[in-house]
Amino acid sequence: MIPTHESATKAEVKGLNFYYGKVQALTDVNLTIAEGQVTALIGPSGCGKTTCLRCFNRMHDLYQGTRYEGEIILYPDKINVIDHSVDPIEVRMRVSMVFQKPNPFPKSIFENVAYGLRIRGVDRRSELHEKVELALRDAALWDEVKDRLRDPAYVLSGGQQQRLCIARALAPDPELLLFDEPTSALDPTATARIEELVSQLKEKVTIVIVTHNMQQAARVSDFTAFMYLGRLVEFDKTDRMFTNPSNKLTEDYITGRFS
Amino acid sequence: MSPSMKRSITRRKIADTAFAAVGLSATLVGVVTLLALILGLILDGLPRLTWQFFTSYPSRFPEQAGILPAWVGTCLVMLVTAFAAVPLGVAAAIYLEEYAPRNWVTDLIEINVANLAGVPSIVYGLMALGLFVYQFRLGASILTAGLTLALLILPMIILTTREAIRSVPTSIREAAYALGATKWQTVKDHVLPYSSGGTLTGLILAFSRAVGETAPLMTIGALSFIAFLPHPPWQPEFPYLSFRWLMDSFTVMPIQMFNWVSRPQEAFHLNAAATGLTLIGMTLLMNGLAIFLRARYRKRIRW
Repeated sequence: MIPTHESATKAEVKGLNFYYGKVQALTDVNLTIAEGQVTALIGPSGCGKTTCLRCFNRMHDLYQGTRYEGEIILYPDKINVIDHSVDPIEVRMRVSMVFQKPNPFPKSIFENVAYGLRIRGVDRRSELHEKVELALRDAALWDEVKDRLRDPAYVLSGGQQQRLCIARALAPDPELLLFDEPTSALDPTATARIEELVSQLKEKVTIVIVTHNMQQAARVSDFTAFMYLGRLVEFDKTDRMFTNPSNKLTEDYITGRFS
Repeated sequence: MSPSMKRSITRRKIADTAFAAVGLSATLVGVVTLLALILGLILDGLPRLTWQFFTSYPSRFPEQAGILPAWVGTCLVMLVTAFAAVPLGVAAAIYLEEYAPRNWVTDLIEINVANLAGVPSIVYGLMALGLFVYQFRLGASILTAGLTLALLILPMIILTTREAIRSVPTSIREAAYALGATKWQTVKDHVLPYSSGGTLTGLILAFSRAVGETAPLMTIGALSFIAFLPHPPWQPEFPYLSFRWLMDSFTVMPIQMFNWVSRPQEAFHLNAAATGLTLIGMTLLMNGLAIFLRARYRKRIRW
């Protein structure tokens, strides 16, 4: 299951089971997230890809009756992020997330990006400004908003809002960035910009992206994991998976025989 | 169209028209009564609404009497109520919505809060008489009255604040948590500010209910004829604020009104009408403020 590759490991999922109450949503998922690469999770609706992604930053802890089993080891210090002894707040400070629908706070553009820094206790104006600008530049939004940082975030278009959310996630300098179908609410042009951005961002941060769009996975990712009914069916380099899948189910899915 | 079909339609439409008429009259009974009431109050009371009326003490002579102690008492009682009920109610609502685990204990608390909102207000008066007046020996004071009304509107405040908090979308909370915010940071930076429009509206509506409450205050022993003002809340020496007024006896506008209505002289009834008009004016003003605030926040906050 673990493909050979050149780069170092950023995270390792080992024997991950996940339960919503009595319903098991993930069964024995194993995969390796390579540092500085983009890993895509694909699969039909309800296959558990988003559930799997939300294990990486312990999002499920916000809701009652959820339960993790197994390990998600975060490198270099090899902590098991889903272990009870690990504080989910620490995990979320190291692992950022961009959501399916753009969800900016009803605050100014500047305050949206600065929020992650503020809750960490950063309040020196110069430092805030410097980091907010850097994050907005990394999210390819700086030129569009630099003259209106005090405007409310909702004046931005959907695509701009999503890039604002990316800047917000980048500002505290995370080690791992999770994308949960980040373009499903966007038009094709905005989608293309986000995809371009994802490919650029892997220089700075390791990325895991959930997508229901196979072309998107093929375009942006280096590794792809195909999930079905809560299990990992196949995990490989993206180009190999899309040209020469080893599993019949994967082949059927990527050739569009079911979705 | 065949004649039988036409007959059928006509027949069924008669019932339609009949119900519309019944429904309209049912609606009018409420509206017209209210309008008549207000009109009556205006006709009787408006001539009495002079500067003298607001600056005079009650008197044996109806044309010299006024509602000075009553409106001062109402304001001070409401001040105590606000300071007691707002922090308690909002904190309880935040706890129930954001912190409390979902289990049978919180279900039980929830059902009881909803039930408390329906308890007759005089029962609160009895409780306050036993607890504040006799047990804590606070007397029939402004403090007792304020705390009693605070308890009375506490369930309302909890319910409306929870409603407001629930209107903040989950996606906003998740965004904050995903950045590593703690629960309290999420609440104070996002949930509270974004729900403050709804919360304020609920608070004001609760106060406008408390302003008119009479029964619980009569139960704790509010005076109905008072010819003095409570101690002023300020003093010339340090620390400038004084709290002696908290323990003063008081009256409030609805009690003053009740007192005048129960007198035989017609002229006192006019005073009562004028007081009622003042009360209605206060309530309408508060409701208007609530509507204004709600509209303003709705415009400012968009998801």
